[in-house]
Amino acid sequence: MIEFRLNSRSGVPTYLQLVQQVRHAVRLGLLQPGDQLPTVKEVVGGLAINPNTVLKAYRELDHEGLVEARRGQGTFVLQGLTTTTPAEHAALRAALLRWIERAQEAGFDEEGVAALFAAVVRSAFIEEAA
Amino acid sequence: MTVIPAVQTHALGKRYGSRWALRDCSLAIASGSVTALVGPNGAGKTTLLHLLIGLSEPSAGEVRVLGWSPREQPQVVLPRVGFVAQEHPLYRGFSLAEMLNVGRKLNAHWDEGLARERLARLDIPLGQKVHRLSSGQQAQVALTLALAKRPELLVLDEPVAALDPLARREFLQSLMEAVAEGGLTVLLSSHIVSELERVCDHLVILAAGGVRLAGSIEQILASHRLLVGPRVDPDGVAREHQKHAVIQESHTERQTTLLVRLNGAGVDVRWRSDDVGLEEVVLAYLGQQSMRRTEPERDLTEVAS
Repeated sequence: MIEFRLNSRSGVPTYLQLVQQVRHAVRLGLLQPGDQLPTVKEVVGGLAINPNTVLKAYRELDHEGLVEARRGQGTFVLQGLTTTTPAEHAALRAALLRWIERAQEAGFDEEGVAALFAAVVRSAFIEEAA
Repeated sequence: MTVIPAVQTHALGKRYGSRWALRDCSLAIASGSVTALVGPNGAGKTTLLHLLIGLSEPSAGEVRVLGWSPREQPQVVLPRVGFVAQEHPLYRGFSLAEMLNVGRKLNAHWDEGLARERLARLDIPLGQKVHRLSSGQQAQVALTLALAKRPELLVLDEPVAALDPLARREFLQSLMEAVAEGGLTVLLSSHIVSELERVCDHLVILAAGGVRLAGSIEQILASHRLLVGPRVDPDGVAREHQKHAVIQESHTERQTTLLVRLNGAGVDVRWRSDDVGLEEVVLAYLGQQSMRRTEPERDLTEVAS
């Protein structure tokens, strides 16, 4: 069983902090397939947060296929996290580097590149979620 | 099947003498939600809550709680509504066992098991006299008594204002556990915004006796942005940003900063657009009062639904 923590200054929405902590625990092997996540009541009793926030996080993890809600029993880890192969990783990294070089040629400094990247990531994932 | 809102008001108003404590208040509170009612002291929060639980009679408009009028059908409404008043009123000379006795006699759907189990979990012995409890424990007892009614709607007036940070956290933990068990709608008033964001999913901003903004916190955060850009004259702001509602504006010689509610349209690329926190949004709406007084011709306060 894992225990959630919240960082109220991080600016990351609460449900997303829960999602990230589960992913992290799965990646590190702290949570194995078949393990149960804390119940909604346990989480809200510990963190004093709205139950819907926990439900939203668990739904998102369910949607990703990482966990499975079993009616009347709780939420269980379904699988390990599939990571990209080293080759895929290297190819994506190289493509991103080429894009950064183009941005630099266009006059962007580090901060500008980071801001543009963050904005595009955000809108891409917002559209995906919508 | 349409779900009846837990609370619905239409043009609700309350006048004391010539002064309106609450005016033209129209809102709906979704069943199952946890809604924060925020506003400065004197904004009409307690007045609204008292109208909902039938403690006072509307001077204007309509109020429905769980689909019924709390003044005309109190026998239907009141057994299904729990109320925790600001000062957590308990009979000070009573022991907890005696308080439970009162609760049992006054409430048809009293859940004695729930009350005893909660008090045991809080480590408060039944023989203890109420006046010997800490303020945090008194708040927990008041919550326990309200929950043991098995209410469908729980109304709390400034439940954590008088509590220290630890007692406040423990109180909110208990409250959220009760919500997690299901079937409960919560409406709580507060002027502490920082902790509401974790606990509540909906927000109603009340100021000067009227509703300034109401909606889900997620939507509110998504629809408000802080825009920083080249100086625009105050008169030009409305022209240039007519597609957005400007909640707050400030100007230097070169720069204009606006807090806006987006109305679907995109933001001009010359403007830097940042997220805003809930506290900033709330303060902007409350600050709007003074802005309206100086520029009465501009209507910036239409309420998002």
